[in-house]
Amino acid sequence: MSLKSIYQEVILDHNRKPRNYGSLSHPTHHATGHNPLCGDRIDLDVNMLNERIEEIVFRGESCAICKASSSMMTNAVKGRSRQEAEALIQEFRDMLVSRENKDFDHLGRLKVLAGVRDLPTRVKCAILPWHTLHAAMNSTGDATTEADSHLNNKPVANNY
Amino acid sequence: MKIVDTLVTSSAQQTTTVPGIGQFRADFPILDIKVDDKPLIYLDNAASSQMPQAVIDCLVRYQKTQHANIHRAVHYLSNLATQEYEAARCKLQNFIGAREDREVIFTSGTTDSINLVMHGYGRKFIQRGDEIILSELEHHSNIVPWQMLAEERGAHIRVAPINDAGELLVEEYEKLFNSKTRFVALSHVSNALGSINPIKRMIAIAHQHDVPVLIDGAQAAPHLKIDVQDLDCDFYAFSAHKMCGPTGIGILYGKAHLLESMQPFKGGGDMIASVSFEKTTYNEIPYKFEAGTPPIAAAIGFGAAIDYLEQIGLDAIADYEHELLLYASEQIRMIPGVKIIGDCPDKVAVISFVIDGIHPHDVGTLLNQEGIAVRTGHHCAQPIMQRFNVAATSRASFSFYNTKKEIDALVAGIRSVQKVFAQ
Repeated sequence: MSLKSIYQEVILDHNRKPRNYGSLSHPTHHATGHNPLCGDRIDLDVNMLNERIEEIVFRGESCAICKASSSMMTNAVKGRSRQEAEALIQEFRDMLVSRENKDFDHLGRLKVLAGVRDLPTRVKCAILPWHTLHAAMNSTGDATTEADSHLNNKPVANNY
Repeated sequence: MKIVDTLVTSSAQQTTTVPGIGQFRADFPILDIKVDDKPLIYLDNAASSQMPQAVIDCLVRYQKTQHANIHRAVHYLSNLATQEYEAARCKLQNFIGAREDREVIFTSGTTDSINLVMHGYGRKFIQRGDEIILSELEHHSNIVPWQMLAEERGAHIRVAPINDAGELLVEEYEKLFNSKTRFVALSHVSNALGSINPIKRMIAIAHQHDVPVLIDGAQAAPHLKIDVQDLDCDFYAFSAHKMCGPTGIGILYGKAHLLESMQPFKGGGDMIASVSFEKTTYNEIPYKFEAGTPPIAAAIGFGAAIDYLEQIGLDAIADYEHELLLYASEQIRMIPGVKIIGDCPDKVAVISFVIDGIHPHDVGTLLNQEGIAVRTGHHCAQPIMQRFNVAATSRASFSFYNTKKEIDALVAGIRSVQKVFAQ
């Protein structure tokens, strides 16, 4: 695919006007995600009630891919149960790193981020918010793209 | 077609005011490749430079006709490989003006060289409470080894600051010295900003306090003439792959008496005089520090790269690259919303920049689709990023094979990135 299509209107729009951007005063769950490669850093605040994501907001400094992915993720998981959210995290991750030619139509709008899989150095940018959500729901406090061995096995130019 | 040819030629001539330097571009086969149907514009030379045909030929010739292990067997090939390997050492010696060839140790690169000094000198001579001076401009490879040493020994790191232009503040550096100062490690040229540091003065200051100095020359050796005796540095380190040579090879220069006083870094074959289970006697320098079979082909290829660069002349390279720097700085400064980070007058041809509202990784990805290779990120120099309060920058770094036309393409590329994000 052409690289140009990564920066589609949807992604640029979410970057310019991120949805669910900000902070919660007393979140039940929180995590910070960090991608040391490019300095992406996002904070995720989540309010969970009866194992369901009631509210979710993010904030941070990041590239357009990471910000758009964060913004779209918060839209996608709000109102979902923990189990549904975890399943979606797995599906999204598969879409970006799986070698299989699976059909990801059920991911709906999130499919716009699928093009990132052709840019190994940017996969981490798209996946960071999802890792962070997993960390927040499991109260592990923070997430880093470096802990995902599947990402590190990809030909990523990790020059640091 | 003829008009196009003439235009291309005349534009090529315009870019080469240093006589003859433009002809060397044709020596680099990789510069002819296309990226998504766009001609490659390679502006990531500070990370790794490209290799000329002469060095590629040398590597092929070595593997086809000269390869065997060195310093061991008595047969023809082993003799030949040993001669070539030692000849490469002499080329490096002459390249940096070292007194003796035994002051040149082959390492796997600058990082390895610095770690060698940390283990060989630092772990022997640095004690609890001692102080090591670094600068704010260092690459992680000239920070982390010293932190590891400081942690192990209970020593302390002191950091010489820079100003907003990215220049080291020599007066502040001088104030860091006291009776506890035991070592100084400084970069000759900042990899993230391109600043050329006044190391000769800084070395002299350290020597007034009887403190030895290691210079990380990874970003200097490809661009400036180095004379280790004139600088009077105690150690000087650099890598082949940033100066037209192969990866996996570099050198550590050290003054002979210091190298002799040091303990070996790695143990193994070739670094010993004799071994018994009771006692091992170490070999003389440089072999004391070259345990195991080295990357022989890479070392010989490094020698070929030195021949190649000397044939052009480091002064001619520096002049031409300075012209590229001035042109690129001027052009990039004219783009609204773009800021150059580290804009001091004394620089090699490196431009670190940020674009308002656009993350460097997006800049890098979008420039890539124009065939333009720049580095984006923190450039293994996070303290500098913190100093300038940015998470990352985009960095265009030039070599003598780049042209003004390529700089024009970079400028057009930056403008088109801004257009995408202005949608």
